[in-house]
Amino acid sequence: MALDDRKSDFTFVGTRPNRPDGLDKVTGRAKFGADISAPGMLHGAVLRSPHAHARIVKIDASRAEAHNDVKAVVTRADFADVPFKPGLEGEFWNVLENVMAGEKALYDGHAVAAVAATSALAARDALKLIEVEYEVLPHVTDVDKAMASDAPIIREGAADYSVPEGMHPNVVRYHESGHGDVEAGFAEADLVIEDSFVTEATHQGYIEPHACLGMLGNDGKGELWCTTQGHWIAQKTCAALLGIETSQLRVTASEIGGGFGGKTTVFIEPVALALSRKANRPVKIVMTRSEVFRATGPTSSASMDVKIGMKTDGTISAAQGVFRLQGGAFPGAPGDMTAMCAFAPYNLTNVKQIGYDVMSNRPKQAAYRAPGAPMGAFAVESVIDELCNKLGLDPVDVRLKNAAHEGTKASYGPTYERIGLVETLEAAKAHPHYAAPLKPGQGRGISCGFWFNHGGETSVSLALSEDGSAQLMVGTPDIGGSRASMALMAAEVLGIAYENIRVTVADTATLGYNDVSHGSRVTYASGLATIKAAKHAVEKLCERAAAKWGIPVDAVKWEDGCAVPSGPNAGDFDPMPLADITADMGSTGGPISGHFEATPEGAGVSFGTHIVDAEVDPETGKTSITRYTVIQDAGKAIHPTYVEGQFQGGAAQGIGWALNEEYIYGEDGRLQNSIFLDYRIPVASDLPMIDTVIVEVPNPGHPFGVRGVGETGIVPPLAAIANAVSNAAGVRMKQLPMSPPRILAALKDNG
Amino acid sequence: MSKLHVSTTVNGDAVEYLCDPRETLLDCLRDKLNLTGAKEGCGTGDCGACSVTVDGRLVCSCLMLGVEAEGKQIETVEGIAEGDVLHPLQKKMIEYAALQCGICTPGILVAAKSLLEKNPNPTEEETRYWLAGNLCRCTGYDKIIRAVMDTAAEMREAS
Repeated sequence: MALDDRKSDFTFVGTRPNRPDGLDKVTGRAKFGADISAPGMLHGAVLRSPHAHARIVKIDASRAEAHNDVKAVVTRADFADVPFKPGLEGEFWNVLENVMAGEKALYDGHAVAAVAATSALAARDALKLIEVEYEVLPHVTDVDKAMASDAPIIREGAADYSVPEGMHPNVVRYHESGHGDVEAGFAEADLVIEDSFVTEATHQGYIEPHACLGMLGNDGKGELWCTTQGHWIAQKTCAALLGIETSQLRVTASEIGGGFGGKTTVFIEPVALALSRKANRPVKIVMTRSEVFRATGPTSSASMDVKIGMKTDGTISAAQGVFRLQGGAFPGAPGDMTAMCAFAPYNLTNVKQIGYDVMSNRPKQAAYRAPGAPMGAFAVESVIDELCNKLGLDPVDVRLKNAAHEGTKASYGPTYERIGLVETLEAAKAHPHYAAPLKPGQGRGISCGFWFNHGGETSVSLALSEDGSAQLMVGTPDIGGSRASMALMAAEVLGIAYENIRVTVADTATLGYNDVSHGSRVTYASGLATIKAAKHAVEKLCERAAAKWGIPVDAVKWEDGCAVPSGPNAGDFDPMPLADITADMGSTGGPISGHFEATPEGAGVSFGTHIVDAEVDPETGKTSITRYTVIQDAGKAIHPTYVEGQFQGGAAQGIGWALNEEYIYGEDGRLQNSIFLDYRIPVASDLPMIDTVIVEVPNPGHPFGVRGVGETGIVPPLAAIANAVSNAAGVRMKQLPMSPPRILAALKDNG
Repeated sequence: MSKLHVSTTVNGDAVEYLCDPRETLLDCLRDKLNLTGAKEGCGTGDCGACSVTVDGRLVCSCLMLGVEAEGKQIETVEGIAEGDVLHPLQKKMIEYAALQCGICTPGILVAAKSLLEKNPNPTEEETRYWLAGNLCRCTGYDKIIRAVMDTAAEMREAS
């Protein structure tokens, strides 16, 4: 859409009304994944491998099957028996292998069998009656060790064409990009710093465990209720894995208790459906927290080498990075994303980045908020900080000097349209936080961050009611208040009150395909589709008014919720409100609806800059975050309070990742911290208030200028906090999380 | 295993249920009484999503057995509003956008109400430490803390 077509003067957009689902959420009546039951329902439970890597020699479920409370048992054999659709390969095959192990258990927690029984307790008890004979195999859980020549092979033949010859079979994808001549660039530099960095795997940590209720008959028709970021992908995947037609499975998304990328695929859903088909009764499965940690998520861990050359005036003359990510026992670690995002904030003449996707005996990684980007930013922005320290340069000035802007050729290839990085840096420089004095023992860090943002397949339908209210059906689960922003955008176009619009997350049977709520795409893509659907309805409203007035439709325009003549020559008629047109729409041409289906492609990339103050206790190694400011370009904030919420939430998750959270594997390859007591996410007493500044540089690809805001907020924190801690402690921290023992060790090594 | 009969009071209503001795109070509230407002986020008392009060004391209902509810007074999120009148905390949570996904909200509300009953004028630090047992992954707590403190101020003014 052309820039001059974009709206900039708003009535509803930019206001902060209460969310439409607020009452449900504060009274306990909102229905999340586990809050549903069905007549005749059975309860499912999943048996999981205690080994990191083992051949499944034999599964004997006869004792479980003989138990009176048990109505069905499934193993991989039950999936293999179904007539699969031709072409169950690639990611569908990976998902099948992940939801129910085939020949081998590939990680601690990998599903090997499941039961459906008359109660949750009976199901759990029945798992103990299933005997599995394993042949334990050597395992590897570390990314660098998984690439070494003597590493056990997770799966032969998993690598794609991109992997250079001679690499270990655990390296399954390779990415290389960049431009210019980095060697020449390094030669021009006054100072070159090269260093290595490590981040551990972290879990998305949504408070709601995975839960679903499935019902499938042997007629191939099914119903599924589940907590998911995308019920169409759940529909498509479950149908493929169960060998039924996609359209015969109706999937309804529950209210979702957090996802952050971790609920963009299926785990227990196909299992519940398989059990249901066998038992011919509805089956509910709810994961325990330990199952969530052992068998879902997490993000990849990373091992990275970054080399940057800088001139004494702060100009970056060359930048190079190698990023090795392990994503568990399946292809998919976003080494390519890490590589592409790492240097994206900067206008570089010479840049080269390499990413590896490596398999290991860990759970299949899932997307986590800007997947891959935070790790790369940690490594790159740490080196930039060190260069600034060594050259005596201001870290914001250096970033401003090198910042990408409209017309910059991005490190990953394309040329940027209008972007707002410079504006976030200028806002950082002008913010009182940046000039505030630090106390002894405190350090300040800053970092920039980048994320692509995504459009994706989108369908929206809007129907007007006789009384002039509107119902809006979207297909992107509301994970953080999106029903409010959709209603605001529809109100803006229709010119009726926000409260008169009811937004529903439609099920798969009542709306066309919708991509997942991910990629920061909901306010952008469902928002764009909402605007277009509302405009479609407005066209019809104008047609009806024109007919009533007996003038041509192009002589009618829509203004403040009314049809009005487009000019003095069109005729002299009083404005005709929307409700007057809908009141008799049944007799003037029928129901008035609008819809829009497309794959919008102007998502508009996103940048942010964070300022952090940290205080390190040299006695204990404990770090406290004393002040935090998030500055990010939202393009246009539809509901600013929820935009702030996204900024704050991203920062808080980043604080956890930087200071505390990590998957800890024992020598035996088993996860040692699979409950919240041991995998400690930030609690209220760990954090300060998180200040926010919303920068608005409109996205040319959206009618109201929206850029997605969900993910970028987790990109800068790892680096910004590491820079603050390093500056406070006087020693460069190169491994996350910066837990007290690691900080004490670093202080000791530094003397 | 035979089930045990329990008589208790939930949100002022006398209720009865039969439960397995291994079932938690949370299981009984959700599965037997159909009060699904309290959530199971962890089952180990670490996340607070299942917070209820038992005889006025804030507990994780996942750490208490259903049989232990015999003769007690249980209050859950479903009992916070009085009829169609929301508690000030509920109003402020909505107004401040102090929830994104809302799964932690029932536990936060029960815990925050319990705080304000004991301490009508909590500092930010006291509020943060009281709510340290209620995990929220979406908000970074900022808006939750502000909502609770503003509610406290408003309730002090009103009283």
